Amino acid sequence: MLRYIGRRLLYMLLSLFLIITATFFLMRAAPGGPFSGEKKLPPEIEKNLNEFYGLDRPWYEQYFDYLTSIAQWDFGPSFKYKGQTVNDLINSGFPVSFFLGMEALLIAVGMGVLLGIIAALNHNKWQDYAAMIFAVLGISVPSFIMASLLQYVLAIKLGVFPVARWESFMHTILPAIALATGPTAFIARLTRSSMLEVLSNDYIRTAKAKGLSRMQITVRHAIRNALLPVVSYLGPLSAGVITGSFVIEKIFGIPGLGSHFVLSISNRDYTVIMGVTVFYSIILLAAILLVDIAYGLIDPRIKLAGGKKGE
Amino acid sequence: MQQIPKEMFQPASVDLSEAEKISKPSLSFWKDVSIRFRKNKLAMFGLVLLFILVFMAIFGPMMTPHDYRTNDLMNTNKPPSAEHWFGTDDLGRDIFARTWYGARISLFIGVAAALIDLFIGVLWGGIAAFRGGRTDEVMMRIADILWGVPYLLLVILLMVVLEQGLGTMILAMTITGWINMARIVRGQVLQLKNQEYVLAAQTLGASTSRIMFRHLIPNTMGPILVTMTLTIPSAIFTEAFLSYLGLGVPQPLASWGTMASDGVSALQYYPWRLFFPATMICLTIFAFNVVGDGLRDALDPRLRK
Repeated sequence: MLRYIGRRLLYMLLSLFLIITATFFLMRAAPGGPFSGEKKLPPEIEKNLNEFYGLDRPWYEQYFDYLTSIAQWDFGPSFKYKGQTVNDLINSGFPVSFFLGMEALLIAVGMGVLLGIIAALNHNKWQDYAAMIFAVLGISVPSFIMASLLQYVLAIKLGVFPVARWESFMHTILPAIALATGPTAFIARLTRSSMLEVLSNDYIRTAKAKGLSRMQITVRHAIRNALLPVVSYLGPLSAGVITGSFVIEKIFGIPGLGSHFVLSISNRDYTVIMGVTVFYSIILLAAILLVDIAYGLIDPRIKLAGGKKGE
Repeated sequence: MQQIPKEMFQPASVDLSEAEKISKPSLSFWKDVSIRFRKNKLAMFGLVLLFILVFMAIFGPMMTPHDYRTNDLMNTNKPPSAEHWFGTDDLGRDIFARTWYGARISLFIGVAAALIDLFIGVLWGGIAAFRGGRTDEVMMRIADILWGVPYLLLVILLMVVLEQGLGTMILAMTITGWINMARIVRGQVLQLKNQEYVLAAQTLGASTSRIMFRHLIPNTMGPILVTMTLTIPSAIFTEAFLSYLGLGVPQPLASWGTMASDGVSALQYYPWRLFFPATMICLTIFAFNVVGDGLRDALDPRLRK
């Protein structure tokens, strides 16, 4: 187990190194200097600015600085907004995004698993078809369209929820539902198919023969095994929730890290784009690693051994 | 107990020649797959839908006298009518023409991304698995490291920095997109390469590339096809997502993603501007998904009835 985690950590660091390096060199390749705006800066000021941010030094020194500052959890300044750093943005925006993401995650897993189990237990009955129609629709609609429609119907037309902003718990519900729709549909499909597979196993027949109730069989025997694919999907799911939040936060006017990121994209605020990308990569890789370790602990059939072949 | 008279029993005749008779006509693998696919109503519906969408993408722009880029500032935001079948947008451009023109771009992005993934993935995965040993180890480790790079973040990064356009978008999507395909092909080839027919081909003196492309790749076609049909909708999705972030194809080009993200802002007053492109995106993704699922079920011999 320890060897496995060590190995995975190594790969994680390599992937991270790759994306940091890519962001650094892409930033340098970006069209236009960091200070080129509508107004041309006087050459002296530009020189001073370059000196201040260390842009006049050779690239390998800058690269090394970039690596060390990220190792120290410093994601750099914003070139568009003076005095604001990426760390400021993360500190103010990430808690909001995290709350929204967790709420969406709970909805997605709870609803998805429930729908999937109902569908599997009523295989080829109307409940099954209804759940699967919902699931197919859920994965066929892009999130920004789904979110706008929900906002239009539930908030603007019916007035059930607040239209936008981030003030009370009521404000969080609609964005969380919008963010969770796609993942819910995917988890429902995943749960249904793995549940169907599990239900056809011999040990379920044994449990039936023993005279256990349907409820007991489902809850104690079937669900535990059927949920394993859902657990392994939690890694990609957290990636989906993070990238989905860019769009959702923009639509609902939520002051999270996602909307800062989208704003920095339209402002072409390169250092913020790079900093937030690296930050998100760290979070994501850590989440995926945690999920994989948890998966190994939950499923004893999976042997998380070291790097030898044929295991 | 009911009495059964003895006369009712008759000896069963065993005809040994009958036992060897093949009752069903023998089917090739692909014939079997196509029969099972055609029995799947939902998948067939998806396939028909795809044909219609592709047909309209090719011929739709020719059905209307309007083209996709001409502004008509006297007729902005007009609802659907006999003149403009899907209405017009904020610059008076005909949405019917733009929708089908956009279909070309969105479908092209999807298909091109899937084909490039296929090409790199088959080569990478195939070579890694067939060579085995150190080559495999190194190639798959490289893939593992790239796999760790978050897909959409990298795509966004590339779209921000490089010049916006179709080519950039496809490049950004495929730069790590091929890894999934490579892994699938590798898994399949690893299973197949130790089978006797490969040994037989080697004994007969077939070259590595011949074994690879004549014997191994055709046998991995099933999972490859399924992966491809599921890559296309995810590329179309990514295109729509990028368009919404303002990183889509530049104006006046139309793609479903750019049209839908324009339409979202006008949802309250001019809903048709969102309705048509959004419906097309959903129909396309729905169609590819059900076709992909149908293919997977048809290819899976365990599901044979």
